Amino acid sequence: MQTVDYSQELAVIEKGPSLREIDEIISKPLETKPDKKYYLALSITVTMLMIGVVGLGLSFYYGTGLWGNNNPVGWGFPIVNFVFWVGIGHAGTLISAILFLFRQKWRTGIARFAEGMTIFAVMTAGIFPLIHVGRPWLAGYLFPYPNQHSLWVNFSSPLLWDVFAVSTYFTVSLIFWYVGLIPDFATLRDRTANKIKKITYSIFSLGWRHSNRHWQHYEMVYLILAGFATPLVLSVHTIVSFDFAISIIPGWHTTIFPPYFVAGAVFSGFTMVQNVLIFIRKIFNFEHIITLDTLEKMNKIILLTGSMVGYAYAMEFFIAWYSGVQPEQFAFINRAFGPYAWAYWIMVTCNVVFPQLFWIKKIRRTIPVMFAIAVLVNVGMWFERFVITVTSLSRDFLPSSWAYYTPTLTDFAILIGSFGLFFTLMLLFTKTLPVVSIAEVKAVLEDSQPSHKDH
Amino acid sequence: MSEKVLFAITAIFNTPDEIIKAAEKTAENGYKKFDVNTPYPIHGMPNAMKLGRSKLGFAALVFGLSGILAALLMTFWMSAIDYPIIIGGKPYFAFPKYVPIIFEVTVLAASIGTVVTMLFFFFKFPNNSHPLHDSDYMKKVSTEKYGIYIQADDVLFNAEEIKKFLNELGAAEVGEIYWDDDEVSTSPKILEPKFLGFLAVTAIIISGTTYFGLNKLMFMVPFNWMMEQDKALPQETSNIFADGFAMRMPVEGTISRGTIPYPYYGKPELAEKLMINPLDYSEENLALGKKKYDVFCSPCHGYFGEGDSKLRGQYPNPPSIHSEKVRLWSDGRIYHVIAEGQNVMPSYSTQMTREEKWATILYIRALQRALNAKESDL
Repeated sequence: MQTVDYSQELAVIEKGPSLREIDEIISKPLETKPDKKYYLALSITVTMLMIGVVGLGLSFYYGTGLWGNNNPVGWGFPIVNFVFWVGIGHAGTLISAILFLFRQKWRTGIARFAEGMTIFAVMTAGIFPLIHVGRPWLAGYLFPYPNQHSLWVNFSSPLLWDVFAVSTYFTVSLIFWYVGLIPDFATLRDRTANKIKKITYSIFSLGWRHSNRHWQHYEMVYLILAGFATPLVLSVHTIVSFDFAISIIPGWHTTIFPPYFVAGAVFSGFTMVQNVLIFIRKIFNFEHIITLDTLEKMNKIILLTGSMVGYAYAMEFFIAWYSGVQPEQFAFINRAFGPYAWAYWIMVTCNVVFPQLFWIKKIRRTIPVMFAIAVLVNVGMWFERFVITVTSLSRDFLPSSWAYYTPTLTDFAILIGSFGLFFTLMLLFTKTLPVVSIAEVKAVLEDSQPSHKDH
Repeated sequence: MSEKVLFAITAIFNTPDEIIKAAEKTAENGYKKFDVNTPYPIHGMPNAMKLGRSKLGFAALVFGLSGILAALLMTFWMSAIDYPIIIGGKPYFAFPKYVPIIFEVTVLAASIGTVVTMLFFFFKFPNNSHPLHDSDYMKKVSTEKYGIYIQADDVLFNAEEIKKFLNELGAAEVGEIYWDDDEVSTSPKILEPKFLGFLAVTAIIISGTTYFGLNKLMFMVPFNWMMEQDKALPQETSNIFADGFAMRMPVEGTISRGTIPYPYYGKPELAEKLMINPLDYSEENLALGKKKYDVFCSPCHGYFGEGDSKLRGQYPNPPSIHSEKVRLWSDGRIYHVIAEGQNVMPSYSTQMTREEKWATILYIRALQRALNAKESDL
């Protein structure tokens, strides 16, 4: 049996590259012309994006009647997609804030990238509530601003809490991301010979000088931001779950929703990060920075959150039975055996069964297998939101108003478009900004910190 | 400028251990205006440089508390003072439902406030004209080396001594950094044509897009579809109907909700005989009657019913209500006049409810009695 010495911390970055090599590896994608594969990938994602643009254009011109939303199921694809994308965003802040507070050094290689994903995912998510209101150009009314009607927003509505939560989340994530980027912009500024790049980097670096009088405050601000972002990330999906839990629809009106949604969000976010990182580390030769150990640790978190989600599924059934509330019991039997049973069992298989394979170390460390499992989890998590939203609405208290929800082609076009937007932004990100934090990675290299031998 | 101004003496070190030692010694020697530049934060450096604890935490506290207070006041003022409205049977100011808002505003205010404080007040950023920029020293410390510099305006500054001191510490390189000419020039840069042009272009773009967005775009297809709907408005012409009106007359015999039609039009005798005032003399009824009399009757009949209002002489003079004829009428007969009108007096059936008419009659009776009091009233 292999013995591991847990008193020694393992190196986060393999092989101990020099500081200059770190710079070169990370800034290489920014300094080289993109190759054919990049353009191929970009053309695919932009095509997907354009499909979505057409879907949206049609929806704006002819109205939301083009969607499958019907009378009991007023929240069709738009809300399913919104919850899905907000959930994807959660991994980024978890990695950059919560793991930072827990001093998990392995996060350094993936934090920047995951934060970028958070921002793009929240941007993508933001589209859906906007288009779901039907007149997105009037969205200014969502904010309490002094107006000529002397009317204010309804602070009792969880939908309004959502406006505050998601916009705060986006702003704080963006600030967090930018603060992390400042030293890297400075490093890039001092590397580049191109004049336009130099001006751009100078503007964004704000004149950062790597001064230790600054680093001191910088580390403090990072700690403070992490401290704020940690409850924030938990609050965002909690409030998203309130959209459901505060109503009285059977299957929604449960107290388990906030933790269940947060666990689900981290679950789906991590699988998305893992999926994309597998490509990134291969394409840009980041294998030594985003190591197999890092991926294995992510798989462990996927296993943990997946089990939490599975527990929540079981607990929902238990509470439905234990509460003795008939509509609640009906809602859950209807989920598993009703007209949407197919969606329910896709969800259970993908979210509960497959992640359990990560108990086996070999699977946790085999890239193609973990990639496949993560893709399945993403499919499952999308279906989880579909099951929650659609099954409860399509069969509520009054059997005379029941109806089956069928999405239309426009719905699918917008869904495809959302993936197109997300991956297009992702691809552009890899070529314009350092996808790994240069300063943070340098700080966790071996021999990068003083040994304090003389103290 | 012919002679360059010295900014600082710099030294480059190769390992983090050396730089920590260098920083410690520099601080011990009493230099105040020195700084260490490293590509990443070095553990223990703030101690070595004898810097105090970062005070950013206080900024976060202040901004966070301001956020809490602002959100609390905002929700309270908007929902309990400016536009109180009952939602879901809760009190106007129901604290629990404002907690999510208060939390989010707090986090937002604290995060933005702390970062802005750090960047713009602690660091005095943006500052791209610092003498260190574009120097070889900067290029080294931003990738792989560890640098320290001591500024020329330090009180203990002595170029030769410092160079010796840094060499003794084992510096790989010792150098000098000078101010650039434009960095020490004091001519105001705010009036440069480039900058003014930039301001003008920004102003034009922002005002132009705002004007277009709010005054033009909102009135274009499809944004105007809520304003311009395929429906007929009252008072408009319409091609659909033969009479050319968009408005339709209600079906014959239609009465509005709550109305009981007056049955005795043209039959004053029946009104006199059959109608009885359902109200009695109470303070409330008299007050209502006075109010309605003052609004509807007094413009012609005068405040005391003597037919002496300001309109006297401009129209056929309104009769006094104190005449024997009116005094002897029953309440029902007066009601008939109010409901149907008489001579130039129009009908008040649409302006006054039945109750108001009866109350007005009570008040008229009181006015009559006031001028023709009985012995017993004295």
